[in-house]
This record gives sequence, C-alpha cells and structure tokens, in this order.
Amino acid sequence: MRARLASATTRVVNAASRRLGRGQGTVAGGRAGLRVDPRLLEHLSAGRQVALVTGTNGKTTTTRLLTVGLGATGDAVVSNETGSNMPPGHVAALAGTDAGRAVLEVDEVYLPRVLAATSAAAVVLLNLSRDQLDRTNEVRMVAGRWRAALAAAPHTHVVANADDPLVAWGAGAARDVHWVGAGLRWHLDAVGCPACEGRIEFRDVGWACTGCDFARPLPEAELVLAPDGAAKGSWADGRTHPVRLLLPGRFNQANALMAAVAADACGVDAVAALEAMESVEQVAGRFTVRSFGEVRARLMLAKNPAGWDELLDLVARSDAPLVVSINARVADGADPSWLWDVPYERLAGRSVVATGDRFRDLSVRLHYAGVAHTTESDPVHAVRRAGATGGVVDVIGNYTAFHDLLGAPG
Amino acid sequence: MSGPLRVVVVYPDLLGTYGDGGNGLILARRAEWRGRDVELLPAPSDRPLPEADMYCLGGGEDGPQVRAARTLIDDGTLAKRVADGAVVLAVCAGFQIVGRTFPGAAGDAHEGLGLLEIDTAKGTGPRAVGEVLVDPTGVEHLPALTGFENHGGVTALAEGAVPLGRVTAGVGNGDGSEGAVRGRVVGTYMHGPVLARNPVLADVLLAWAMGDDALEPLDDSAADQLREERLATVGGRRRRRGRR
Repeated sequence: MRARLASATTRVVNAASRRLGRGQGTVAGGRAGLRVDPRLLEHLSAGRQVALVTGTNGKTTTTRLLTVGLGATGDAVVSNETGSNMPPGHVAALAGTDAGRAVLEVDEVYLPRVLAATSAAAVVLLNLSRDQLDRTNEVRMVAGRWRAALAAAPHTHVVANADDPLVAWGAGAARDVHWVGAGLRWHLDAVGCPACEGRIEFRDVGWACTGCDFARPLPEAELVLAPDGAAKGSWADGRTHPVRLLLPGRFNQANALMAAVAADACGVDAVAALEAMESVEQVAGRFTVRSFGEVRARLMLAKNPAGWDELLDLVARSDAPLVVSINARVADGADPSWLWDVPYERLAGRSVVATGDRFRDLSVRLHYAGVAHTTESDPVHAVRRAGATGGVVDVIGNYTAFHDLLGAPG
Repeated sequence: MSGPLRVVVVYPDLLGTYGDGGNGLILARRAEWRGRDVELLPAPSDRPLPEADMYCLGGGEDGPQVRAARTLIDDGTLAKRVADGAVVLAVCAGFQIVGRTFPGAAGDAHEGLGLLEIDTAKGTGPRAVGEVLVDPTGVEHLPALTGFENHGGVTALAEGAVPLGRVTAGVGNGDGSEGAVRGRVVGTYMHGPVLARNPVLADVLLAWAMGDDALEPLDDSAADQLREERLATVGGRRRRRGRR
C-alpha cells in the first residue's frame, strides 16, 4: 500500500516538475517517492530482472547498449536514460512502467546500496579511476566497498573488466564472475596492489602483483582489435563475433562487449545483443553534431584523465578547430587539478579555444603544455569563434560543460 | 652551475592521484624558458630515486602513501640530497610523509622521513575539502597563496617549527596554520597544483635550486588571471560568510 502511494507520488511529482519546466523531472519525483516509502526502490524492483552498470567511465553508454541488447528479444526494458544515477533517478525510472527488465546506471559510490535494494541479477563493473576526488575520495576505498557488497550477493552475476586491477579486486570475492578482457589504457590509479600494498606490474597482456598472487583473471571473452580499428569479441570457447558500432572509439567497442556478456548473463544471446547494438547512433548527446547559428559542432564528453586519454586518441587524427570547455561544479568535482594529468601536449599545433567556468585553469595548463590557444568565457561564443573559418568544430567538455552546450539555444 | 637542472617527480605511481605532478612540469618549464638546461624525471617507485636538484611529492591514497614512505626511507636518496641542499616541494600525502609521523588507512602511526618537524594524525571531523587561502609567513617575498585542499589529516608542528603561512580561508594544518618550511623543504596541503596558481612560489623554489636571486620575469598573464579569479571568488565567499 505504502509502495503504491510512494510510486504514485513519484509519477505525479515527475509530471508536475516536467510541466513546470524544472529539468527532466526525475530527481524531484524520485526524492518525493522515497520520502513516502524509504524502501521504494526495493519494492519497485521486486518481480523484475534488474541489471546494474557502474564504473568511472562509460556508464551511460554501456547502460544504453545493454538496454538495446536486452531489447533484442522484443521484451520491454526500462532504464534511467537521463543519467540520474542515484536512487531517486532509479525510482523515477521504475515507477512509471511494468517492464519486466530494467537496466540501471549506478553511481560508483551508490552501488552497494542499490545492489542491496534491487537484488540485481547482473552487475557490470567497467573501470575505476580518479574522478571527482572531492566527493568520492579514493578509488581503492570504492573498490573495497564493491568487494564487500558483491560478496554478500551470491545470486548476482558479476560482469567485470579483467584488465582493471581495481575492478578485479572489487569483483574478486563474488561467487559468479564473468571476466571480460575489455582493455584499459589508464593504469596510474592501479599501481598499488589493493590486496597487499605491493606493486602491480602491467605487461603487454595482463597484469600481476609482484608481492602476492593477485593477477589478471582469465577472461571468458576478450576484445580483439585489428590495426584498422575493427574489433571483435573473442570467447574462450572459440566463438567470435564482430563488434560493429556507429559509436566511435575503442572504449565504446569495449563497452559493447561488456554489455553483450551481461546480456548473456541475463539470458539473452550475446550475438543477438551485439547485433541490436549496431544501430545505436548516439547516447545522451555524446558525439552529437549540432548547430550553433552557422557553425556545426561535434560534442564530446571527457570528465577525467582516463576519459581524456581515450578521447585525445580519437581527436588527435583530426585537424578541426577544437573547443575545450571546463567547469568545476558539484557534478564535475570542485578541484580541476586533474587537468594536469591529461596529456594536452598532444594538442600542440591545433587551433584551440579554452572556455567554461574554469577556462583560466585550463589556459594555465595549456600554456605549460605549449599549446597556443585563445580564451573565451562564454562556451557558445567560443564555438562560434572557433567555427568562423568553416568546417565542423570538435568540442570537448567535462560533465556540466558538455550538458550546457548540448542544451544551449542554437 | 654545471649540468642540467634535474627535477624529479617522486613516485607518480603512488603519489600522483591529485594532479600535483604539474608542479614538476611547471618548475622544469620555468627554468627552460630562462635558458637553463633541464631534465624532468618522473621517478617510479620500483627504481632507485635519481639524484636531483629538486624533488616534487604529491598527494596519494592512504595505502600507496604508506608504501611511498617506506620505499623512500629504504632508498635513502631523498634525505641525503636534502642534507646536500636539494629543494623539496611536498604536497598533501607527500607533505605528511616528509614529516616525522603520519597515519595509515586505519589511523595507525607510521614513520615518515623526518625532513619536516611535523606529526600528522587522522582528524576526527569531516575531511577538509575546499578552497584555501594562505597568508604566507614562512617564506619571504610571497603574495597570498591559493590552493585546493582535500585531506583528513590534522598536522601538528613541533615547537619551533615554521608553518608556510596562516590560513585565511579553509582548514590547512587544523590549528590555523598551513604547511611547514624547514631550510629548502616546503610542505603544504594545497593542490591546484599549487605552483600553477602561485608562480611566485615556483620562482622562489627555482631561485633556491639555481642559486640565482634575480630570475628574469616570465609572461604569467594566464596564471595572474587565474589567481585574481580564485582570490576574488574565495575571498568574496569568505567575507559573505563572515557577515552572517
């Protein structure tokens, strides 16, 4: 009774909040519902098959890919598509639907709580690296909490990136783990062994601690890359299948393979899931091309050094003008010191405009990186200026900077 | 002075979590821009620490911090080089481990390098997270310092030890002071990185290392604008709070 009232409250407040134009109306309704019934997430999850997706980078995209993958069967699948990845967002997504399957993006820190409430059938652990250090503090602490939570969830299938030692630690005490060789470019947060405080050494393939027997688990599926950028999933039992996406980048191919293995754990054929993912054109605006007046711009998101490292690879091949927009609001982390962990030196020679709330921090970083640039406090003006010479402008923003530009009037 | 100026970033694999590696880059570029040959060396923790003129230590997580302290003590190079006059800038976890004692993940006391006469314990309150402003009293000729702190430690200075300055916003050591200075060893809780926001501090350290009190000025317009913005934003916030 209480759950039904709480669920109705969530829907009503959501609808009202949408009508009042206060955002996408997910957080307000979810909060109201949780006030009426603090166990609302548990009640709304009962009777559904729930899959959770978490990690520092790739959460939103992988959630979308898994949602599409599970939909390959024709079943209805609900998801928190707006990116509200804490319990109010989860409750809001589930309250309005009786879909039998749910895929929820979960903030790294909230995973234990959400796992306990949803009794999830599957959990996808993508990667862990430094991000918003003022809020999450230390990735090792997060990995330790995942480990304890997953050890206490024996009925959950865990799909985990075997190439990330912190993820391997987080998943390592779970009863049923599907290890995926999804790759990892950013190693700097994983050198100290979480098991013994020894040192993790990374090799061409795999990693191992020099002080104890903690090492890369053998994956049941692996992402194999061809020199031309084509990728395939290769299973330990000999099966292979191409990972063909409209979404660019190695990291998205990795996300798709993780989602395919998770689909399999949820009872949907991995190949059927991968084929369904092929038609996903964009996820929550990432890589969208949109217009600002006369100027066309490709919008990209990079929130932290690991994300930047992957994205710089992708944009390094282009010589389009580049706008970088950096904020330091609550959702970004209040300390932009991480800009100094990003190898902006690779942008030398490009035409760069620095913008966003914290363009001055970025400007100092680019100065020491030897990247000639101009500054402009208004992001839309920055894009217009960069595009004045024609062609599509590359725009990379961190979290709120990206969303500001996505939602800005043209 | 003969040979290139050697700047070592100490153990980026253990003390590289908070962007403080930028301090080493900034010192190296500012010496280069003045025509000096420079070697900037990131020094991983599985190899002997190189001999150098300047050492930068940054913030890290609790476990890796303990490992970094133990490895530096066993290695011995840092303490030896400091005795020979090398310059050290140590930030956050790095600041704590160049002191006498510091807390591990469980709060238990670990031995530090003893280059600064400070003892750090785990605080009982919430972590100190936010902007910091410091009136620098421990080093001459410095303007107000700006940085960002993110730590759970409370640092006590031994009697006679000199703080870097007095906090005018933020928490710092926990008793109104911030950081510590002894000879050419400077410790602070300030990220940003601290030398990105405070180029004059970078030049004080470089002047010590290069033995040159008259370094030619550089174009610091970008850093000056950043400083101005931070001082105005944080200073303004503090005044508004004070009036309530």
